[in-house]
Amino acid sequence: MKPPQFDYHAPGSIEEAVTLLGSYGGDAKVLAGGQSLIPVLNFRLARPGVLIDINRIGALSFIREADGGVAIGATTRQRMIEGSDIVGRRAPLLADATRLIGHLPIRTRGTIGGSLSHADPAAEDPAVVTALDATMVALSKRGERRVPASGFFRSLLTTALEPDELLVRIEFPPTPAGTGTAFVEISRRHGDFALAGVAAQVTLAGDRASEVRLAACGAGPGPIRLAAAEKIVRDGGASAASIEAAAAAAAAGVEPTSDVHASAAYRRDLVRAMTRRALERAVARAAGGTR
Amino acid sequence: MREITGYVGKPLLRREDRRLLHGEGQFVGDIVLPKMVHCAFVRSQVPHARIKGVDFAAARRAPGFVTALSGRDIRNVVTPIAGMQVSIPKGWRDRFHYHIDVPAQQILADDKVNYVGEAYAVVVAEDRYKAEDAAELVEPDFEVLEPVVDVDRALKPGSPVLHAEVGSNVISVMSTKKGDGAAALARAKHRIKRRYYHHRYAAMPMECRAVVADYDIRTDSLTVWSSTQVVHWIRKEIGSILGMPEERVRVIAPDVGGGFGGKGHVYPEDVLVPYLARTLRRPIKYVEDRFEHLVNSAHARDNFHDLEIGFDDDGKIVCIVDDFVIDSGAYSPVGATCAANSIAHLLGPYDIQNYEAKGTLVATNKTSNAPYRGAGRPEAAFAMERAIDIAANSIGLDPILMRLRNMVPPERLPFSVGLPYRDGVPITYDSGDYPQALRRAVEELGGLENFRRRQAEGLAAGRYLGIGVGCYVEGTGVGPFEGASVRLDPSGKIMVAVGANNHGQGHETVFAQVAADVWNVPIDQVVVTTADTAAVPMGYGTIASRSTVTAGSAVVHASAKVKDKVLAIAANMLETPTADLEFRDGAVGVKGVPDLKVTLKEIWWASRPGWDHKRPPDMEAGLEANHYYEPPTVTWSYATNAAIVELDPDTGRVTVEKFVAVHDAGILVNPLLADGQVRGGLVQGIGAALYEEIAYDENGQILMGTLADYLLPTADDTPPITVIHQEIPSPSNPLGVKGLGEGGAIAPPCAITNAVSDALRPFKAEFNATPVRWEQVRKVFAEAGVSTPRGRG
Repeated sequence: MKPPQFDYHAPGSIEEAVTLLGSYGGDAKVLAGGQSLIPVLNFRLARPGVLIDINRIGALSFIREADGGVAIGATTRQRMIEGSDIVGRRAPLLADATRLIGHLPIRTRGTIGGSLSHADPAAEDPAVVTALDATMVALSKRGERRVPASGFFRSLLTTALEPDELLVRIEFPPTPAGTGTAFVEISRRHGDFALAGVAAQVTLAGDRASEVRLAACGAGPGPIRLAAAEKIVRDGGASAASIEAAAAAAAAGVEPTSDVHASAAYRRDLVRAMTRRALERAVARAAGGTR
Repeated sequence: MREITGYVGKPLLRREDRRLLHGEGQFVGDIVLPKMVHCAFVRSQVPHARIKGVDFAAARRAPGFVTALSGRDIRNVVTPIAGMQVSIPKGWRDRFHYHIDVPAQQILADDKVNYVGEAYAVVVAEDRYKAEDAAELVEPDFEVLEPVVDVDRALKPGSPVLHAEVGSNVISVMSTKKGDGAAALARAKHRIKRRYYHHRYAAMPMECRAVVADYDIRTDSLTVWSSTQVVHWIRKEIGSILGMPEERVRVIAPDVGGGFGGKGHVYPEDVLVPYLARTLRRPIKYVEDRFEHLVNSAHARDNFHDLEIGFDDDGKIVCIVDDFVIDSGAYSPVGATCAANSIAHLLGPYDIQNYEAKGTLVATNKTSNAPYRGAGRPEAAFAMERAIDIAANSIGLDPILMRLRNMVPPERLPFSVGLPYRDGVPITYDSGDYPQALRRAVEELGGLENFRRRQAEGLAAGRYLGIGVGCYVEGTGVGPFEGASVRLDPSGKIMVAVGANNHGQGHETVFAQVAADVWNVPIDQVVVTTADTAAVPMGYGTIASRSTVTAGSAVVHASAKVKDKVLAIAANMLETPTADLEFRDGAVGVKGVPDLKVTLKEIWWASRPGWDHKRPPDMEAGLEANHYYEPPTVTWSYATNAAIVELDPDTGRVTVEKFVAVHDAGILVNPLLADGQVRGGLVQGIGAALYEEIAYDENGQILMGTLADYLLPTADDTPPITVIHQEIPSPSNPLGVKGLGEGGAIAPPCAITNAVSDALRPFKAEFNATPVRWEQVRKVFAEAGVSTPRGRG
């Protein structure tokens, strides 16, 4: 369980990092919090010739309000996001989800950009950006490229990032007034990857659900937007019957696989339960004004 | 409560804590020696293959390469450790029908590999990174063979046979009986037969195994540090296999980060690494990584019990007939111990007149199966305790009441069971109160009637609560022996060394408590050494819940020998008859005369060889003694575990609301450490019931290669636990102690499966296999069309 040999670079600036990526491209791996990459290296499941450690680039770590929403630098630690007032106000769903990521030591090292770039289908961050239609901003020597969440996750552990591109920040859109959020997941043990999890954001306008956003994790090769379920609640309102129907639609719309922790059928069943709970909680928060 | 006058009985903090908590513990991995090299093993990635060749050409060219060996290179040089590392006494053999034909594992596989993870080559390099780089370049030439992936396949005619020398995949069979099980079954009013499966999981110590060896050419001697529970066993194997006098082999277990039985026997690396040190004339280190630990260190359990219970209308059990099969994996280094334990413990705390049991060990292409905390008892208790619940429910009797009707009452102790223990001595439950333990456990959960009311109210509101208990007895402190050495030092300190090995239990503290009381000295005057073959000539090791009983008794007896001489010398010095003397506060003094005394330091100086000593005439010099305590037989600990669980209909999630253990280990030398031992075992048992599992796929590939797949219970997942100790002394040893190392891990699987089954009684669901999977629980609810009421999710 020792990594194979690699060359190591620790650039001090974004420009330097992008230049290194430009010259090494596919032979390089970017090291952020290391919560996924280091085990992968130790198991020799990846053999990059070069490791580009971006932890020393201060300009990649920030949380700021932007265009009514929030922009977060790629190496911002999940622990910082968890405790951020800005995130709590501007992207409460992300705050809900971040609390469920791993354990405190993991969140203290783990970064949002690392989680999104790694694209583990059971991870929380990919489901949140998918639900919220956040924008991933990638930089290379060729320039900046903005990739919507809907086009970012390609397949298992694979994103739209090109080998020479560095994910530099994530932009979350504004959260409308009257919105409630919830991230609900179930895992074998506290802190494990979810067997299934659902991110929900519901905006109420009177009796109507004017905006409904739902995404699942742990239920397919990547995060899955639960569009059919969203439509049911948007059209039918936040009644118990509507939520139950949406939960059923969510379960029908995912593509889980079986592994040592759960069968595909069980995961699908859990998506139903998690969707129902996430919607109930988000609606209650929207109605109560507590998000 | 007993009055505590000395150190025994006091909840002292561990002496070991200071160094361990300050990060100053010294584990094998911390040992760094000049010119040390490192090794990496090349392990099979297939479960079953014939080895046609191993090509080291590319590995030899790797940077930092030192040497490499295949199984064939050492075939006649480093011969295998005996297939079965324990012996069976005549008293047992006479009462059992058995054949035991356990195959020996090659130090490195030379002809065949028999499981994923079996080493067939070793590479030595300047550091572990380079060793792993070179190991990757080793090219095996394997003829892949059909794997034997389960016992059903293994037992079918035409199955591939793992060990040609055995001739079949059945590597052991044993059976015994008392009364007439078959006849009693035929007469029984009710009989229920089920298959109870206790799954495969493993001891998962925080520190994996590790070996460092250093050869000294001047004295032709080896010093070996191993993360083990059995230093003397390792010394014996190294001595005999490498052809060295045992005296020239010193084996030390420094701080050890847990063992739990998984380090309770000798592994091939324990012999091969010292061989390499001697061959290379360089110190060498092997530290197993977690992947290697999961695939190569022993697994445990994996038992199928086909058990039939016969009982009458009142719930009185008239007979038990059990036929069980153990999936042994490729080898069985501790032989048939677990099977023998299962047979000896299956009847538990109950008075059952007719009993037949047969155990069969079957070889498969999986990692070897060896004792792990409980060692045959958790699987036996699981089968028995599930059977009682099912039987009770079938006649509308509460399972807890059925147990009380069958338990051996305290007034019938000592109780002769009518079977031999594995030490060959007829089993006699020596002391305790089994019904009291059960009643106290249930009371601690709020009482049975109260719970049944809560359960009914919950059910009406869509909540599924269940109660389950697990009761067992455990033979502890088994022989054959344990050694202790006690010596008075010129400083006046009592130097105690024991053959028992400390791997977290707090032996340095516990044996200091015992010795301080025996000598009546302040505890700081006692120095304890554990797990060093140079400190005690003969020792056995820390396995089988035995160290406090056996090593503790050895300390008492060795001390007595030295104290006799000390007293005689003091009598000579004080010119007072020994009858008028007493040990007090680090001295020997005249009774009733506080100022008239000689300190132990003064006594040592009076005892020394040479002129001007003050020994009585004809007394030899030397204030030291070894004692090898040979217990007459085991002493019987027992417990009831009890749990309340709640099930979530939507997800099947099992939440343990509260867990209680009422445990009796006799006199507790250190209640704080005893509590920690029991509690730690309970958490492991809860892990077994709900989280931990090693699975293989249909091709014989192991599916758990990391601790992200093999789920250990963390503090977050541990329910509130209450431990109650019933301190009923054992009459069998001078300290009145019973063993408690393993007990905690025995009953949580049965208590929790019983509780889950109890909660699902409305659907008549039975959980007769471990672990309890939420998925299966959810399936019961889904099939019944039940979900969680709105707003409670």
